[in-house]
Amino acid sequence: MSDTKKLAIIATKGTLDWAYPPFILASTAAALGYETQIFFTFYGLQLLRKDLDLQVSSLGNPAMPMPMPVPVLAQALPGMQGFMTSMMKKKMASKGVASVEELRELSQEAEVKFIACQMTVELFEFDTKDFIGDVEYAGAAKFFEFAGEADISLYI
Amino acid sequence: MADFDQEFDASGLNCPLPILRTKKALGKMDSGQVLRVIATDPGSVKDFDAFANQTGNKLLSSGEESGKYVFLIEKA
Repeated sequence: MSDTKKLAIIATKGTLDWAYPPFILASTAAALGYETQIFFTFYGLQLLRKDLDLQVSSLGNPAMPMPMPVPVLAQALPGMQGFMTSMMKKKMASKGVASVEELRELSQEAEVKFIACQMTVELFEFDTKDFIGDVEYAGAAKFFEFAGEADISLYI
Repeated sequence: MADFDQEFDASGLNCPLPILRTKKALGKMDSGQVLRVIATDPGSVKDFDAFANQTGNKLLSSGEESGKYVFLIEKA
């Protein structure tokens, strides 16, 4: 089917907040009938771990809404990142926002293809046994094989 | 007689879950059957319109009932 629309995404970030856009867009595109691929590179590879331990930090992110003002130096204190992360997760759950795991699963169910950057795996000495199944390990040229034909390409 | 074949309550779910689960529910139905979806996500009004436009499934109606959004979708 050559008239199938195609979406190519590059996922480069490995924080809880930035885990959402690639999986939300990929799963939604798939539901709309797009053939979709996500190429995970650098910190984006953290999104492929079986056990996700994604964190969010307010440091260097002045746009992050805070329930109360916290001075930047205090945000750097030990435990603050864990605190911010658990607050963010609670907030998301209370608003009916899906977990990253759920969106990732829905993406795979909808046949979104996951490609992990082989170079990054070597660079950070990741063990691919820690990653979920149905992931192809390849390089930039493999991404372009699909992206070259894609209607939309996003770098996230 | 009900004017729909199946119902899916997406109350409390936020974007993109109502669309993703609706797509799943439609996948198990036959062409011409009607799915009634209930949602509380205010973004769902435009999303279901866009979903129907892009997938060919027909949005028979889109409205509000006692503070919730209700959609009738006919599977293509």
